[in-house]
Amino acid sequence: MKRIEAVNDFVVKFANVNGSGSASANTLFAKAIMRMGVPVSPRNIFPSNIQGLPTWYEVRVSEAGWLGRRGGADLMVAMNPQTWEKDVVEIEPGGYLFYDSTKPLPADKFRDDVLVLGMPLTEICNATYTDARQRQLFKNIIYVGALAALLGIDVAEVEKLIGEQYKGKEKLLEPNLKALHLGRDYALAHLPCPLGITVKRTDRVGERIFIEGNSATALGAVYGGATVCAWYPITPSSSVAEAFAKHCRKYRVDAQAGKNNFAIVQAEDELASIGMVIGAAWNGARAFTCTSGPGVSLMTEFIGLAYFAEIPAVIVNVQRAGPSTGMPTRTQQADILACAWASHGDTRHVLLLPEDAAEAFDFTADALDLADRLQTPVFVMTDLDIGMNERLCRPLAWDDARTYDRGKVLTHDDLEAGKRFGRYLDVDDDGITYRTYPGVHPRRGSFFTRGTSRDRYARYTEEGSAYVDNMQRLLRKFETAKQYVPEPVLRQGARPSRHGVIYYGSTACAMDEALSELEAEGIALDALRVRAYPFQDSVIDFVAAREHVFVVEQNRDGQLRTLLLAEGELDPARLSSIVHYDGTPITARFIRREIEERLSAFNVRPLRRTAAAGE
Amino acid sequence: MTYLAKPKLHHPELPVNALGFTRRDYEGTISTLCAGCGHDSISAAIIQACWELAIQPHRVAKLSGIGCSSKTPTYFLDKSHGFNSVHGRMPSVLTGANLANRDLIYLGVSGDGDSASIGLGQFAHSMRRGVNMTYIVENNGVYGLTKGQFSATADRGSKSKRGALNTDEGIDLAILALQLGASFVARSFSGDKAQLVPLIKGALNHPGAAFLDVISPCVAFNNHEGSTRSYDYVRHHNEAVNFLDVITGKEELTAQYGPGSVQEVRSHDGSLLRLRKISEDYDSSSRIAAMSYVQSRYAHGEIVTGLLYVEPEAGDLHESLGTTARPLNELGEKELCPGQAALEKFNAGLR
Repeated sequence: MKRIEAVNDFVVKFANVNGSGSASANTLFAKAIMRMGVPVSPRNIFPSNIQGLPTWYEVRVSEAGWLGRRGGADLMVAMNPQTWEKDVVEIEPGGYLFYDSTKPLPADKFRDDVLVLGMPLTEICNATYTDARQRQLFKNIIYVGALAALLGIDVAEVEKLIGEQYKGKEKLLEPNLKALHLGRDYALAHLPCPLGITVKRTDRVGERIFIEGNSATALGAVYGGATVCAWYPITPSSSVAEAFAKHCRKYRVDAQAGKNNFAIVQAEDELASIGMVIGAAWNGARAFTCTSGPGVSLMTEFIGLAYFAEIPAVIVNVQRAGPSTGMPTRTQQADILACAWASHGDTRHVLLLPEDAAEAFDFTADALDLADRLQTPVFVMTDLDIGMNERLCRPLAWDDARTYDRGKVLTHDDLEAGKRFGRYLDVDDDGITYRTYPGVHPRRGSFFTRGTSRDRYARYTEEGSAYVDNMQRLLRKFETAKQYVPEPVLRQGARPSRHGVIYYGSTACAMDEALSELEAEGIALDALRVRAYPFQDSVIDFVAAREHVFVVEQNRDGQLRTLLLAEGELDPARLSSIVHYDGTPITARFIRREIEERLSAFNVRPLRRTAAAGE
Repeated sequence: MTYLAKPKLHHPELPVNALGFTRRDYEGTISTLCAGCGHDSISAAIIQACWELAIQPHRVAKLSGIGCSSKTPTYFLDKSHGFNSVHGRMPSVLTGANLANRDLIYLGVSGDGDSASIGLGQFAHSMRRGVNMTYIVENNGVYGLTKGQFSATADRGSKSKRGALNTDEGIDLAILALQLGASFVARSFSGDKAQLVPLIKGALNHPGAAFLDVISPCVAFNNHEGSTRSYDYVRHHNEAVNFLDVITGKEELTAQYGPGSVQEVRSHDGSLLRLRKISEDYDSSSRIAAMSYVQSRYAHGEIVTGLLYVEPEAGDLHESLGTTARPLNELGEKELCPGQAALEKFNAGLR
């Protein structure tokens, strides 16, 4: 059997037991490779569980820099007997299986086409440590040591990382280093080091940073000036609020007074979370909440209120697989329609669709500006794949000259000077009206905010003409939004093509790779990464200018396609869905195969017609 | 007809408060509630309380949910910003507003459907967080706008206008507020302005979560024999039957009585309210004693009103959160944005 041989281009998958302390060891492994200048993209595949159930950590090593999930595993680190069979099957032919050989396993538990690397991890731990927890935790570090030897990872990089992790905790540093070398020495002595797959130092990481999307999102909220965060714990968004709290403790505590320039409330539910955000934004603070699908469902009534009463609100939706509780720890892009059209009656909401952590940072800060500018809810639509995995992305950047766009707000002086105020009076003809903050002026500027219909001066009315006037203005405002939301990113194919592909969000990393592969095969395709709803004309024009456009997304029903059809009044036959929705992140392999098949179908059809005509 | 403003003409000798405002300066638009509605008396009491306290009207934010009671913020303080939010969710909107600007006075107005049914959760959690606010429930035991369904504060055994028997236990929001940590808890009656106005003033001045349960009869849908609290009492005492006159919207009932006495006040719906003025020896500083007293009197068919409990030095949510003294909505880039230099350091830690 030919062994897989590859330098800086392979997948290692760790099969672990949840709660066994493997996460930090696995991260250590991935970071060590990154420190050698080789791009890695790890993914957590984990259950909705705290302890005991299976969890996986999949590290793709790719010198080419592909950050999407590849699929398959070249080396399986099988540390979980519960999933042994499934894990062994997943190894690519010619791949490698690393396992704890303390307990002998019958020969039929293995595969002939896989190189088996047994190491008596439990035995080594039991001989070295007496404490049960230590035996467990150091087992993880020991296998990292062994893998370093097997894959040719520079052990000095691992040591350095351990040193950084335990800086100031010298008591923990030494035993960790000892465990690392224990594993490495054993592997060097007993296993065929190095394997056919190896890591070689290069310089392909550059200035990029390695960050979880949720942390970047939270930092975007800090930079964007959010002072109020109200949230309710829900996977996979909880770490946005937790990271916001952490970043605020670092950046937002008044050094002199020791007081907080922020307020974070863990609410009793998502209804209260969004209610607090709306209350705070109504009162002139920048506020946001973070949630996932079920939370959006609960917030829907309030979202309608914010749309109709025109109150800013930023909602970060870290999407997971629905419907209902769905698969809480699996990724999807399945809330596009639920968010774009959230709430009863005629509503439309702004969606921002970041591709990665860096864009999540930018778009969250932008969302706070947009919400104030447009006086309406703005969704930042990430997903579990972006949110809960560390990923390489460009460094976060902030222009110090940037000021917050607080939108159209009349101040005390404006009112004092006698500036005309009608809360829903469209003086600039862009659908956006002026508002005032409560308490601004003793005699002028007060108004009543309500979810019921009102006239241009915020007075309650059920007069049909006043209602229609208001609803039409809201449409104008949504039209205005197009000039403020992020533009789509066009990637022209190598040659002119009649076909195009539209994609968004976390699909981008797999799409980049798929487009490159297709190009290598001689298939040219124009690609448009949509970054926001409402769609600019350029998005609709992209479809109109092409014979056929694929819309690649991670949900069952092709939700963005539906939205495009509805908004652009497009011919459904010209847009087809390529969907991947099993809860795992979409892969380049999948996209490439789908596009190849469909394009070949397009090419075959005219030939058949020709044949038919000739008969 | 909330768009009809009241004429601002008034008698030149109308008394003014410390700010030079007359009571008229604290009014809103004309009420669209039924003539004789208890809620209008509460609005009048709020106006009176704010006037007496010489509060700057624009420094009050008035928030409500949905229902008859939640409409009332249009009828007072028209120089204040108002927010008629969604059903049962006023507490969260108020909490958020309060977080944004701790310098304003927050007045939440709600009803028994809004707070005890759909909004029970938000009511409870705003109390336990200690939001600095005055939270008034205009409690009539019935859904008015949807025409007479029981609310969650209607007592078990009371009858609806259509004759249906309420089989569910009634919720006492004041007891809940006490249990949940509100630091000012009172109950009053919309017909007793003498008692109510000082209670509202006390609540507005209170530095934490102040809750007022105000029994406020519904002239349209809870004005019949066998209705809510007084069902049993009326049946036993048989004194409310002659009260049907009020259905047509006559002047409101008022009650005046001295400390320590128990007085029966017939409400518009013909039920009999027994209002116990807190006696001189009533200990309003003990949460547990208050709960025990109120509940034991309730077992005897009496409704205890007055200031049930107060913790004068109460803290609030901002104190718990350690928020800066400046209103958060006044902070700008300087205080909020760490800038590029900090970001570069942050990036460096992620390589």
